[in-house]
Amino acid sequence: MKLGYKIAARFLKSNLGQTILIILGIAIGVSVQIFIGSLIQGLQKSLVEKTIGDASQITITSSTDDKEIVDYEEMIKQIQTIDQRIDKISVAADHPAFLEYGENSQSILVRGFDIESADEIYNFVDRIEEGTYPYNLNEIILGIDLKEEYGIQLNDVLSLITTNQKTVKVKVVGFFDLKVASLNKNWAITTLETAGNIFNTRGSITSIEMQVKESGIFSTDIIASKITQELNNDALTIVNWKEQNEQLLSGLEGQSISSYMIQVFVLISVILGIASVLAITVMQKSKQIGILKAMGIRNSATSYVFLFEGLILGFFGAILGILFGLGLSVAFTKFALNTDGTPVIPLFISYPFIFTSGLIAIAVSVLAALIPAYRSLKLNPIDIIRNH
Amino acid sequence: MMSILELKNIEKIYGNEIKTQVLYNVNLSIEKGTFNSIIGQSGSGKTTLLNIMGTLDKPTSGEVMVNGTNVKQMHNNKLSALRNETIGFIFQFHYLLPEFTALENVLMPYQIKHGKVSKDAIKKAKEYLHLVGLENVMNNMATKISGGQQQRAAIARALMNEPQIILADEPTGNLDSDSTEVIYELLRDINHQLGTTFIIITHDNRIAEKADRMIEIKDGRIYQDVNKK
Ligand SMILES: Nc1ncnc2c1ncn2[C@@H]1O[C@H](COP(=O)(O)OP(=O)(O)O)[C@@H](O)[C@H]1O
Ligand SMILES: [Mg+2]
Repeated sequence: MKLGYKIAARFLKSNLGQTILIILGIAIGVSVQIFIGSLIQGLQKSLVEKTIGDASQITITSSTDDKEIVDYEEMIKQIQTIDQRIDKISVAADHPAFLEYGENSQSILVRGFDIESADEIYNFVDRIEEGTYPYNLNEIILGIDLKEEYGIQLNDVLSLITTNQKTVKVKVVGFFDLKVASLNKNWAITTLETAGNIFNTRGSITSIEMQVKESGIFSTDIIASKITQELNNDALTIVNWKEQNEQLLSGLEGQSISSYMIQVFVLISVILGIASVLAITVMQKSKQIGILKAMGIRNSATSYVFLFEGLILGFFGAILGILFGLGLSVAFTKFALNTDGTPVIPLFISYPFIFTSGLIAIAVSVLAALIPAYRSLKLNPIDIIRNH
Repeated sequence: MMSILELKNIEKIYGNEIKTQVLYNVNLSIEKGTFNSIIGQSGSGKTTLLNIMGTLDKPTSGEVMVNGTNVKQMHNNKLSALRNETIGFIFQFHYLLPEFTALENVLMPYQIKHGKVSKDAIKKAKEYLHLVGLENVMNNMATKISGGQQQRAAIARALMNEPQIILADEPTGNLDSDSTEVIYELLRDINHQLGTTFIIITHDNRIAEKADRMIEIKDGRIYQDVNKK
């Protein structure tokens, strides 16, 4: 083994130009693989992030007529123990109402939240463009689009009319921008207390909303079904973002498949490259192999020579390829920027992915060395000695 | 005396379509510790015979016994070990590994045997290189020394594992007559000191005549076998 390695290293060193060329070839393959992988993963992550990063990923609602969930505190305690990937839990009391402001009126969804826990999911604080979050009773915030449409000012008072024809005066203490026009037009956000006061909820809520940790993003269906099983309550409906975004998911899947295809073809071309160069090396070195065999080196040891050549080439190719790939990726994220300073291409640099790509390149290089190793195994020294 | 190498009814035919018989019914028994020479005209079959003795080539028929064991019964790894430990080759064409230095080439049989080199091994290799007069160029790459020096390095390499048998195919073919004399004396010394059995193909009649036994091959047959011991 050790001798095989030593001879392999010496062979590679003595044909340094050729060796560097193969290493470069492997490195380019690996760097393309890393770049494409990081690109696709980055695109997918930013797409998913934009879609569900500030939204509920698993939502529990009531399927009863009044849509009310009463004993939710017990339920939340139970949910917290169901799956470690469940990260943030918040409750909402959602009720439709009619908004009146001067001459204008429209229907609106009043969402009562527990400010702190809801902020973790929706990031409200960062999204308040003007004013503050509602803290006191009968304070609400509205979307920025409503402000523009009706010319509503901070601290204006307007009326909300419930489905039971009850009218409540509320004060607008802020405007939010959730970047989605329909939400900016149709949501009025307030505290659980205010919602309870307006709609007489007697402490009930209408939904429990959850976000999961990053590792669970694509397992929300499994987590949701675990919750369904554990809560075992027919009056509850549990949905997760994957059911609601099937098109996005199939788009992501298509992207992943094409990314894998590209990576596989890059690997195949790397294999073919190494295999053909190593096959030539066996011919170039057949005299040496013949001499070594005449001196009594075992057949297996000569095949180690070529396996080690594959290993060494793969190792340096992988290292160099990782450096190239990282360099290329970093250059893209640092220098190709939008006017607001965010990268044009949102690359996701995952070290496990890069490490795996490197390992695969090494494994593939050793695999490519199998054919030349086999040929050297079969080489008969007398053919070399006789034909000098 | 016990025979270290024995050939029984060796025939060698080259080619499948056009068959050329090169060796005819060769029977030979080489005694341990003797110094033997093989002579004969070019093309008479000397190299073929030597390669068969060294297990590199297989006879078309007949038996080769090394130390009483029929090599037909040995598997690949056993044959490799035999070539590494029991037999030392000095080929007609010197055949050093061009990627290694002269010293590394001499150490190669040791490394094949032990997997690594020891300080003692390096010391011994340097001694052999000194004996063949290469101490000044031992760290040169094999390609950076002259043909004669390469041949002497190949001799040092054959001695490295102190094999029981050394097979040499015109080992002094590239050397001038003074060097030939020196190398011959060296091989003779080793023969006396270590009891190594030598079988040497040579063109040089002076050397052939100094051997204990002189075997002449003619047209693939043993034509003359002169034992002086
Ligand atoms: N591989 C081969 N195929 C066919 N004929 C061969 C082969 N090798 C050697 N010969 C022939 O065998 C004969 C003996 O060759 P060789 O043993 O090299 O003789 P020597 O060493 O005495 O010069 C020669 O006629 C040579 O041409
Ligand atoms: Mg010959």
